[in-house]
Amino acid sequence: MKVEYQVPGGDFDRAGEASANIKKLLQRIGIPADVIRRIAIGTYEGEMNCLIHAGGGRVVAEIEPEGTVIIISDQGPGIPDIQKAMQEGWSTAPDYVRAMGFGAGMGLPNMMKCSDDFNIQSKVGEGSTITMKFLYK
Amino acid sequence: MVGLKTVQKALQAEVLAGAQYMDKEAEMACGADLMSDVLAFTKRKTLLLTGLANMQVVKTADVSDLSALVFVRGKEPTPEILAAAESKGLPVMMTKYTMFEACGRLYAIGLIGCPPKGAEERR
Ligand SMILES: Nc1ncnc2c1ncn2[C@@H]1O[C@H](COP(=O)(O)OP(=O)(O)O)[C@@H](O)[C@H]1O
Ligand SMILES: [Mg+2]
Repeated sequence: MKVEYQVPGGDFDRAGEASANIKKLLQRIGIPADVIRRIAIGTYEGEMNCLIHAGGGRVVAEIEPEGTVIIISDQGPGIPDIQKAMQEGWSTAPDYVRAMGFGAGMGLPNMMKCSDDFNIQSKVGEGSTITMKFLYK
Repeated sequence: MVGLKTVQKALQAEVLAGAQYMDKEAEMACGADLMSDVLAFTKRKTLLLTGLANMQVVKTADVSDLSALVFVRGKEPTPEILAAAESKGLPVMMTKYTMFEACGRLYAIGLIGCPPKGAEERR
């Protein structure tokens, strides 16, 4: 099963729709709660990054019998130094984002920790694509 | 593990949403205003104490499967926040105590903190 969601740029009120919906879908098909939690957290952090850093984007979830693949893509500014961006605590988020509880530089490293396979592709001026694979076992 | 009603008593807290789910228990607790830290360091069924009253708190609690929310220092969440919590089956309490005082009171009745590394981490 493949589902797709748009992430609105800058709209904090609508952020998290993709992860909330994917969580409900996975609950309905009986995926273990701890696995759903990893998927929901990884997707939510990815959505927040799209919204905060890239002016919006797209979340695709491919829900398969063995696992789920989440692809989060945007046509934002791209990430100049991926190694730096992957470090815990490194963030370019403005203060208003920190006041909302984000921008601590923990998102990308946590997405990697939650997933069984993590891939990030980014090109300055073109955008970013993050692919996370989650196995049910 | 501490029952939510015991938490409510220790904090002299008011239940603002999800009263019908107050029979649940909290396995551990976390005090934070940074939602990314909550997403990185909590486990399932964690009680979150926070001074941040916005929609992201409820969304973070939902994706993280937290057991309940406590707003400290009398921070009053908006009706929208409470409605969202209600629809997710998430109990919400409010206490007059500060973060420090509230955490101390819960620690004293046996609630433990989250380990520095998340539970379901793959690496
Ligand atoms: N989709 C994206 N587009 C552009 N830059 C991004 C994107 N995602 C992350 N970044 C960059 O990587 C940094 C680290 O991201 P992250 O670990 O999620 O922390 P935070 O979002 O809290 O800043 C961000 O501050 C930003 O500079
Ligand atoms: Mg982030």
